[in-house]
Amino acid sequence: MATTEADDLRSGGVLDASSKRLRREQLRLLVRSRTFKAGAAILLVWIVCAVFGGLFRPYNPLAQNLLNINQPPSARHLFGTDNLGRDVLSRVIIGSRDILVIAPLATVLGTVLGTVLGLLQGFYRGAVDAITGRVVEAFLALPVVIVAFLFIVAVGPSEASLIIVIGFAFGLVISRTVRTAVLQERELDYVAAARLRGEGAVHTMFVEVLPNILAPIIVEFTVRLGYAIFAVATLSFLGFGVRPPTPDWGADIAANAQYLAAGYWWETLFSALAIASLITGINLIGDSIESVIIQ
Amino acid sequence: MGKYLLERLGLAVLTLVLLSMIVFVAGQVLPGNPGRAILGHFASQSAVAALNRQLGLDKPLPVQYWDWISRFAQGNLGRSYQYSAPVSQFLWPALGRSLELAVVAFVIVVPLSILGGVTAALNRGKAIDRIISIAGLSLATVPEFVSGIVLIVIFAIELEWLPVDAQSQGSFFTVLPSLILPAIALVFVLFGYIARMARAGTVEALDSDYVRTATLKGLPRRTVVFRHVLRNSLLPTITVIATQTGYLIGGLVVIETLFNYQGIGRLIYDAALSKDFPMLEAGILVIGVVYLLATLIADVLYTVLNPRLRLQGAE
Repeated sequence: MATTEADDLRSGGVLDASSKRLRREQLRLLVRSRTFKAGAAILLVWIVCAVFGGLFRPYNPLAQNLLNINQPPSARHLFGTDNLGRDVLSRVIIGSRDILVIAPLATVLGTVLGTVLGLLQGFYRGAVDAITGRVVEAFLALPVVIVAFLFIVAVGPSEASLIIVIGFAFGLVISRTVRTAVLQERELDYVAAARLRGEGAVHTMFVEVLPNILAPIIVEFTVRLGYAIFAVATLSFLGFGVRPPTPDWGADIAANAQYLAAGYWWETLFSALAIASLITGINLIGDSIESVIIQ
Repeated sequence: MGKYLLERLGLAVLTLVLLSMIVFVAGQVLPGNPGRAILGHFASQSAVAALNRQLGLDKPLPVQYWDWISRFAQGNLGRSYQYSAPVSQFLWPALGRSLELAVVAFVIVVPLSILGGVTAALNRGKAIDRIISIAGLSLATVPEFVSGIVLIVIFAIELEWLPVDAQSQGSFFTVLPSLILPAIALVFVLFGYIARMARAGTVEALDSDYVRTATLKGLPRRTVVFRHVLRNSLLPTITVIATQTGYLIGGLVVIETLFNYQGIGRLIYDAALSKDFPMLEAGILVIGVVYLLATLIADVLYTVLNPRLRLQGAE
């Protein structure tokens, strides 16, 4: 889906350019699209692991084998085994599931919340904007992880509270971007025209203004998706996400980090690389979409 | 300028008050029954009620908030549930240790990222620019515990240059070697943002009319870069460095847990795990104050250092 969006915007972005600029733009866009392809390939690998991983994982990721613990990578266990004798490769494959469900859901929630809040703030301005704006600023004075911390501890850890807390925190961040975009749009003639036609506020906001600020919202969504992966992995690492023994990259790293000092690096390194590659993939996609949209 | 600074200070205070309300609601209202939380499932109802009364939890919420915040303002951070001792006894030393770690990280990252950003800008469009930008972006978005693990595997386990755990005891210079790996993990995250800002500022300055004038009147490239470009390009970087203290503190929670370092991040984490709400609230509020102070100082510095803003009020 992201490909077609990017393609549409790409063709739209270069139509009105002069021919010399067009060639340069095309050259640059080619480079960008390669970025996009690389990112999409990485993401696809992990989506395949999450959806079909059960079909090709070498072992049951939950199966313990206490006679075969802390084994380094070998032909039988490509990524070695952990401190309970579980196959690390299988856990890395299946560990993609929760993060690929929680992070996108949290980002969608955050984007919807942020869009509504930003539209209201930018459209009504005045007291609504001033009061909600200060509250948002106060929340943003804390790192997202700490906000998440406070609320997850208060309401209890679960997948749902992870989605709600991250979605809420990101909604506040996204509302700032949407608000800025709305403030620019509301001065334009089509908004005045809608007002003169006697359209209601809700109609003007969601039918007139919203389609015109989709570009920054899409960019914000992809950027936030990367951060959502970051946040989910971090909170899982801290023990506020998926419960053991369910395979999860962040939680597995936390469980095995204590064995690093003993030299058992394979138990944590592969999950760490999995997180890094997923985030890099999403950033590559976001980066290519952003550069194409901004052109 | 004075009016602007006063306004800025007022906003910071307002934000702080709102922040304290958020922390209060999250710490005192959402968890439900602190007496039950402290005493456990098997305590009698009367004991729970007595403890709640002792903690002042039977009073109306605004009164509770006022009691809490006025004690806080006097430096009384409350008593920790888990240690049955004043929070301040643990909080201030932990904050000091985190500051040590943060100082090591900043001493490494600020010159490095400014150098990186300026180098990228001066070589705009060339391979080195792409490399610095992409490396910065990738490093900034990888969680600290992930890069921390990679660092530990390479430098502590394979090469055995540096210790796996960070030491918390001892003077600054005895613990310094063990702080280098956790600091580098923090540097990774910060480098990308600061370098990107330094690059953007430098690119903007390079494109400006005054730099063209300086070049056209025949000044050597060195003089143009140092006297005209950097003086203007590094101003916005100050602001970014200050806002990064917020990310830095979030990163500290993770890094201190991974490296087993007894800083404020670790303290908050432990408080969260054992539902020690007074400790948790105090820690988070202190972090908020540190962040707001840092951004306030950055805004003041920015205003003072920028002649355009400094002279605006005088006109």
